[in-house]
Amino acid sequence: MQEFLQQVVNGLTVGSVYSLVALGYTMVYGILRLINFAHGEMFMVGSYLALSTVSVLGMGQVASGSLGGILLVFLISMTAVAGLGVLVERVAYRPLRRASRLAPIVSALGASIFLQNAIMLIYGTRFKVFPEKLIPQISWEVGGVKITLMRVVILVVSLLLMAALYTLVQKTQLGAAIRACALDHDTARLMGIDVDRIVSLVFIIGPALGAAAGVMVGMFYYQINFVIGWTYGIRAFTAAILGGIGNIPGAMLGGLILGVLETLGAGYISPGWKDAISFFLLILILIVRPTGILGERVAEKV
Amino acid sequence: MDRYLKAIPPRAWYVAAGLLLVVYPFLTNDYWIDVANFFGIYAMLGLSLNIIVGYAGLFNLGHAAFYAVGAYTTAIINTTFHVPILWLVPLSALTAAGFAYLIARPILHLRGDYLCIVTIGFGEIVRITLVNNPLGLTGGPNGVLGIGRPSLFGLIIKQPLHFYFLIWAFVLLIVLGTKRLEESRIGRAWNYIREDALAAAAMGIDVARMKLLAFVIGAALAGVAGNIYASKMAVISPDSFTFWESVVMFSIVVLGGVGSIPGILVGTFGMFVLPELFRGFSSARMLVFGAAMIAMMIFRPQGLLPSQRWRRAMVDETVGLPAAGLSKTS
Repeated sequence: MQEFLQQVVNGLTVGSVYSLVALGYTMVYGILRLINFAHGEMFMVGSYLALSTVSVLGMGQVASGSLGGILLVFLISMTAVAGLGVLVERVAYRPLRRASRLAPIVSALGASIFLQNAIMLIYGTRFKVFPEKLIPQISWEVGGVKITLMRVVILVVSLLLMAALYTLVQKTQLGAAIRACALDHDTARLMGIDVDRIVSLVFIIGPALGAAAGVMVGMFYYQINFVIGWTYGIRAFTAAILGGIGNIPGAMLGGLILGVLETLGAGYISPGWKDAISFFLLILILIVRPTGILGERVAEKV
Repeated sequence: MDRYLKAIPPRAWYVAAGLLLVVYPFLTNDYWIDVANFFGIYAMLGLSLNIIVGYAGLFNLGHAAFYAVGAYTTAIINTTFHVPILWLVPLSALTAAGFAYLIARPILHLRGDYLCIVTIGFGEIVRITLVNNPLGLTGGPNGVLGIGRPSLFGLIIKQPLHFYFLIWAFVLLIVLGTKRLEESRIGRAWNYIREDALAAAAMGIDVARMKLLAFVIGAALAGVAGNIYASKMAVISPDSFTFWESVVMFSIVVLGGVGSIPGILVGTFGMFVLPELFRGFSSARMLVFGAAMIAMMIFRPQGLLPSQRWRRAMVDETVGLPAAGLSKTS
């Protein structure tokens, strides 16, 4: 039982990272009906930018970084990646808004390959290591379950960001505009909504959340590689499908469920098959219930 | 530019290409012959995926799975039972086709992006399975070693030059075969389904069966390519069948010109031969490639040598406006 609970705690940590990244996929899909294959790379670039910021500031070498310093790392990484997201949308997706469905897929894959190789050329192919002392190594025992400070940070930051996004989308006028665009671009335009601005906004929010996830993964696992964009990206995408693509609470739920299932699977079945779990789940969901757990609206799209 | 090219009769192109194909290996060295060999293998893969993506319009981003099934069938049976490689060609085609039949059946009702995602999933599951070495068959991450060489009429095919003729003979066969298929009843049915599945069904085409057929034939040809790849390399490992391999095949089809056989050959040329010419920048190669994919989709979404049908299909139906940049090329 204790081991089971420990796995669930571990799973929730990983799952909240998937949720954050999944939000980017689901929002872009909701508005543009586009699988943004480059979104995983946003996460990866966020992680690398955090690493660079940490080493420039000389944080974590002797003592753990201050709260302000860590916030600065988050801020720099999220802002820069949001800019990158807008840039990718402008260059690779906007000219294809009216093209066939094949063209944006290829363009997105191209953007993904480009970013991955750009990072590889800049940072090299080897694993890059974060300083270990960045976050103080505190942990608590609750009923025999070990909970480290970093896990708490990941979970709390993710939940806060998700709550902020949820409020933005559901309670504000801007959120109403986003939801209107997801339903119908042309009608939204008739209602006086600047659709291009909303699309840009989505490409700010999604990548910024992805970057935050990337920063936390770097601080948690200590080492990053240029392929993490793909490995985390595909899982986050599975999470988005699992919850119902285009559905924001669905992406959050999907991420947490996927994280827990994956950790349990790795613990109780075999770690070698861990990577396959998300794919099995993905295929199963698409065959049995393509709308996902919380999705309804996209039914006619399948 | 297009106008001058069209003035040359198609037969002249075929004769020139045929001559070049025969003369080429005697004008160059082993290195360049091997470049042509890989060109041939990827041309086969492109042509096989073209049946699925180009003719039937099914977005398959997991084609490496079928290629892997073909390659591993050959590798495992050859190394354990010492069955000659060329005898295993039909068997590799059959296992890949059977595998495609099994996985394609439940997912055929999915459209566009969703199909794309499921095929990515299947591709990755196949790769992970190969890494995990089920029943000790696939050799795990190291793969299968010591695969035999093919032999034909007592001649053991070992040198790049010999492989060159074997591979290009297969490419030629596949080109002729897919050309016939394209113009057949089946090919026309595929085109119809791609343009409008509902209307096709109304005209009495068994849509599900035709889609399945596209998957099965495409996979069988990928299996053949896998067989040749295994014997050419003598060692195969899961690293050769990653998602990016599927992306490369998909890009060959889309960048060359969906549904067009000359387009596939040109696309493969662009992917494999041009980078060889610029080896100096080899590290930035994929960077340029990614940028080229985006640029192509913006400025020439119909591909380098598009088929007539797709030329129209790449124009947006709902608005009736040409896709960005399309108007400049006509």
